Amino acid sequence: MSENLSAFLYLVASVCFILSLRGLSSPESARTGNILGMVGMAIAIFTTLASPAVLSYTTIIVGILIGGAIGTVIALKIQMTALPQLVAAFHSLVGLAAVFVAGAALYSPGAYGIGTAGNIGAASLIEMGLGVAIGAITFTGSLIAFGKLQGIVSGTPVRFKGQHMLNLAIGIAIVVFGVILVVTESHTAFWILVALALVLGVTLIIPIGGADMPVVVSMLNSYSGWAACGIGFTLQNSALIITGALVGASGAILSYIMCKGMNRSIFNVIFGGFGAEGEAAAGAGGDGDRSVKSGSADDASFIMKNASSVIIVPGYGMAVAQAQHALREMADILKAEGVKVRYAIHPVAGRMPGHMNVLLAEASVPYDDVLEMEEINRDFGSADVAFVIGANDITNPAAKTDPASPIFGMPILEVEKAKTVLFVKRGMSAGYAGIQNELFFKDNTMMLFGDAKKMCEEIVMHLDN
Amino acid sequence: MADQSVAQNANELRDAALGLAEKAAKLADSLASGASDAAGTAAVAVQGSGVSPTVLGLTVFVLACFVGYYVVWKVTPALHSPLMAVTNAISSVIIVGALLAAGPVEMNFSKMMGFIAVVLASVNIFGGFIVAQRMLHMFKKKK
Repeated sequence: MSENLSAFLYLVASVCFILSLRGLSSPESARTGNILGMVGMAIAIFTTLASPAVLSYTTIIVGILIGGAIGTVIALKIQMTALPQLVAAFHSLVGLAAVFVAGAALYSPGAYGIGTAGNIGAASLIEMGLGVAIGAITFTGSLIAFGKLQGIVSGTPVRFKGQHMLNLAIGIAIVVFGVILVVTESHTAFWILVALALVLGVTLIIPIGGADMPVVVSMLNSYSGWAACGIGFTLQNSALIITGALVGASGAILSYIMCKGMNRSIFNVIFGGFGAEGEAAAGAGGDGDRSVKSGSADDASFIMKNASSVIIVPGYGMAVAQAQHALREMADILKAEGVKVRYAIHPVAGRMPGHMNVLLAEASVPYDDVLEMEEINRDFGSADVAFVIGANDITNPAAKTDPASPIFGMPILEVEKAKTVLFVKRGMSAGYAGIQNELFFKDNTMMLFGDAKKMCEEIVMHLDN
Repeated sequence: MADQSVAQNANELRDAALGLAEKAAKLADSLASGASDAAGTAAVAVQGSGVSPTVLGLTVFVLACFVGYYVVWKVTPALHSPLMAVTNAISSVIIVGALLAAGPVEMNFSKMMGFIAVVLASVNIFGGFIVAQRMLHMFKKKK
């Protein structure tokens, strides 16, 4: 295949990828978009296989079969609640693949047409160094994120003195060895660079807490894109550069949306956030003596049955309790009774962007019932019941009223405006930010203590009677 | 004697022929080098009068960043999880580099690395697209 033809086909593949992201603008066009993505990938792979540089196919076919089988099985078996850790694990693979591709390019540059061993151009070496460093950081960073989300590594932030200095030192060392690599093309420098970047991936992510994972996962998503870009520059392949830029932009935008949802800057999330201040605030705000109104499933079912409009606010607690199916059953009965039921999703609800939407979709909740924060916030004033299940900080009015609160300025779902607020919660413990929720003590709030799933099932039982 | 002079003539003739052949070879060489020079000049011309591939790559990169920016902002927040799965799958287009590394016939260190990268990227491609498809199938309209 001539070089012009393959360059043209890579362009076609890139256009397919752009259209596949474009398709995600609405659920109707999304499936077609995903198929287009697959087509683009197939074009890219077959174009490469047809290039004169690829002579032996056995290794490649075996590799694709092994990887494809593993990927297919995992994707078919994974539970939707485990989605965040799956995505984190997948990101780590892209990072590692980038490291290996860069390594292969260094050892046999001829295969990529970037010179001969010992005579690789400086530009190619710079691009290679960038790609491999970002890839290695993505690999270990994603592994830590995966461990935290899966519960293998503790979700509490790991902090120690001089952490930022250490990260800075490693960062500088990476640059130094990058320069040595470019000047001398030394393989040793390359592997030291890889090792340092692997360490940096760990030290960057361990200080970040469990509930900040939506930002971390999006950020690593972005990194995996930039790593692909770096490799694309080394190989002078436009498909890689374009796709890497798309993925990088996508991850960056998602990180931005998540940060905005918490009213924090990306630096605040990465370089220490709630952890330290949160503990202090929890210690100071130990006013557990105030009384809360607590109710039973019976009370809740009575209130909701007689309401004309109910807004459900799900949070990570719903995912942990796997309550989405019971919740949907409850909503179905209420709808049959003529109650208007809608769902309100906060941008940072759950452990990854859009997590709640997928869980509700899994429980067959129609997507037009599920609304984003901006769409539904003004409706709380006219709602009879706000049913908060497994969420806490994202409803805390202190974010609007108390400038001393660590979450001050964070956009919240204004559930307190509803006539009655029903709060499903296991106990009185504070949320992730470590602060007490004023809402619990309000007159129009009723606490429903118990497991989210059991509570929904009990409410369903009472509604049926 | 006549035999001798014939043999001498033949030798002279052979020498002349050899010299001619040498000249022809030289001419061919210079022609070839001229042609390759022309090809080189043409190649440079094609690359936009000496613009390096890195700069061309950078052009593509910056434009693609803008495309990505506008396309991703259009994605509905409800589908941000599938978006992550899809971007994850397509970022595995890095498999292109892995295939080139695994392509040569003889087995060496770089082919091994290429093979591992092919496996890793394939896990991602299949896993990412299938999990995205599973998610997207669940998003249904109100009946």
